[in-house]
Amino acid sequence: MSGADLTQFLDYTLIAMLLAVGFAIVRLRNLFAVVMLTGVYSLLSAAWFVSLDAVDVAFTEAAVGAGISTVLMLGAMLLTAREAEAPGRGRHLAAMLVVTVAGMALFFAIPDMPVYGAADSPANSYVGASYLERTPNEIEIPNVVTAVLASYRGYDTFGEVVVIFTAALGVILLLGFNTGGARRREDEE
Amino acid sequence: MSPHIILRVVSKLLIPMIVIFGFYVQFHGDFGPGGGFQAGVIIAVAVILYALIFGIDEAKKAVPPKLVQWGSAAGVLLYAAVGLATLVMPFAGEAVNFLDYDALHPDQSHHAGQHYGILLVELGVLITVTSVMLAIFYAFAGRVPDIPDEEW
Repeated sequence: MSGADLTQFLDYTLIAMLLAVGFAIVRLRNLFAVVMLTGVYSLLSAAWFVSLDAVDVAFTEAAVGAGISTVLMLGAMLLTAREAEAPGRGRHLAAMLVVTVAGMALFFAIPDMPVYGAADSPANSYVGASYLERTPNEIEIPNVVTAVLASYRGYDTFGEVVVIFTAALGVILLLGFNTGGARRREDEE
Repeated sequence: MSPHIILRVVSKLLIPMIVIFGFYVQFHGDFGPGGGFQAGVIIAVAVILYALIFGIDEAKKAVPPKLVQWGSAAGVLLYAAVGLATLVMPFAGEAVNFLDYDALHPDQSHHAGQHYGILLVELGVLITVTSVMLAIFYAFAGRVPDIPDEEW
């Protein structure tokens, strides 16, 4: 068995595990287990990204998806119930129709995708190739991802930081900061 | 005496290492995977772990909410300030674009301006991401007084 086959075997195994975890998340009613499984899902995606050589994306997914979202979801879960209600037995024909049509559209789009790892795929040509060529001369740092994020696309990254700041602003405006709802109720009693 | 003595001892050992790893990710971002976003999240996670084990009030003593509030804005402002600095510092006698770091340092043979610029904006990203993650955590966790013992 050649090296490429082994990598593909790893990819398929990880995708199968992602599918299994996804179904488990949909089926489970215990919210604690669901939160933990979303963390597992993120960690599995991170492992898959490493296998796809997207180390920076994998790092972000592991830190944000498996780390901080899990903690924030646990914090949110403490404010609500521990079990989700079982879904109604009614049939959702409209939902079924939407899912089927969207799924068929996705399968219809598959032949338009570039072959996995193709050298002439859009992501590997045009600006992507140009950044790889220019970074050693223009920026002189080894990690091209950092060069693109912080320098070539510094404007976009600035926008992202503003978005993150806005998220905090929204949460603080909605939930308050130092005085939580539970504490304030205690003080009033 | 707390029933979570093992958790407390282990997390006290781990938290400094998590923070140091965060700084490694931050300042090694030019060479390996990582950067301000990931490092900010890792450092925030260290504080959140402290809050989970030792209580939210202890964490608020260590990292005050006021600092978090100011930090969220300070990171964005630092990023914008680097952009404004490149606007007012002409490079080779000509004005350059917003966030064109070449203007920050005249040494073009080693592209020192680019290195300074990336270092500074990544620092801004780090400050904002750490503060924002902690702000969101404080806002959520502040609503539950403490994790009751039966939840452990």
